[in-house]
Amino acid sequence: MKLLILIPAYNEQGAVGGVIGEVRAAMPGAPVLVVDDCSTDATITVARDAGARVLPLPHHLGLGGCVQAGYRLAFELGYDYVIRVDGDGQHDPRDIPKILDALERQGCEMVIGSRFADGSGRHTGFLRAAGIVFFRAVLHPILGRPVRDPTSGFVGVNRRALEVFSRSFPLEYPEIEALVVLQRRRFRFAEVPCRMRPRRAGRSTITAVRSLYYMVHVLLGVFVNVLKFEGRRK
Amino acid sequence: MDRLLNVMTIFSALLIGVVLASVRRAHIRVEYSVSWLVAALVLLVLSRWPPALAWIADVLGVTQTGPAAAPLVLMMVTGTLFLMVLYRLSLRISSLKDSNIALAQRVAILEYHLESLDEKAKAATRE
Repeated sequence: MKLLILIPAYNEQGAVGGVIGEVRAAMPGAPVLVVDDCSTDATITVARDAGARVLPLPHHLGLGGCVQAGYRLAFELGYDYVIRVDGDGQHDPRDIPKILDALERQGCEMVIGSRFADGSGRHTGFLRAAGIVFFRAVLHPILGRPVRDPTSGFVGVNRRALEVFSRSFPLEYPEIEALVVLQRRRFRFAEVPCRMRPRRAGRSTITAVRSLYYMVHVLLGVFVNVLKFEGRRK
Repeated sequence: MDRLLNVMTIFSALLIGVVLASVRRAHIRVEYSVSWLVAALVLLVLSRWPPALAWIADVLGVTQTGPAAAPLVLMMVTGTLFLMVLYRLSLRISSLKDSNIALAQRVAILEYHLESLDEKAKAATRE
């Protein structure tokens, strides 16, 4: 079993070193790949010093393009599982074994680390919570089952999903659309309860001003993906 | 009415001139100048040939007749032509963005592989 821990990072010099340290403590021996989205700070140096390999993008692609670059490399290198942990420290790497266990035992293509699966939902801002409620309602009829935390970036995928995502992956705000991409191929997903923490450094890409744009963009992306692929789930 | 048509003629001629100058200076690639030149030529012809405007007005069922229909038809044709050009450019931009992202990812992956090979070579040299 080959597992890769993928950390997309953009200007995360304040947090990424700590995240890598925690990942290495939680998953000794698992390779850690930081995909640097052309940071203007010392993210690459900090990541290398902390013991991670770095995939340096030549220019800024945004979160989706950054994550997809990691998925492409992981697929080429023959990894069986990839677990994505955000570089800002919001995800607790001690939950990685739970996601890996669910991937291996349940055989589903994607496992989401959910802040709501145990009903807690701590460290969720008002805007994000409102967006989550909205997209839960939108996704339920499309996916044919409820999803509690569709915006979580704490996600594990197996090789089948890796193959799909290395070819086709939403480029901005990818989490929600990725669920629809998988559903169009009749892949399965599961959610496991995970702890979420406040970000350690840097700023979220989703600010109050951009949240409306985010909602419209993702909503459009969801429906484009619904119309895009054949093989609807019956 | 004549003034509007004259203004449109000057605008079309200027557009053709600007586009050709841009192509000459290699600011616009030839394939992307075609849409603009075709749109500008259509406007130039229509602004100098009122019977064509009257015919389009008739086909579209514009209720005004004669010279009164010309401004409306001219604006409709202009708007439609430029929307088509903009849509075509949006298609190209989307395609170029996809290619650009794939290229950037490939460059990063190749750089990663090169770095790995370099590390292996250094390790082999040390041994």
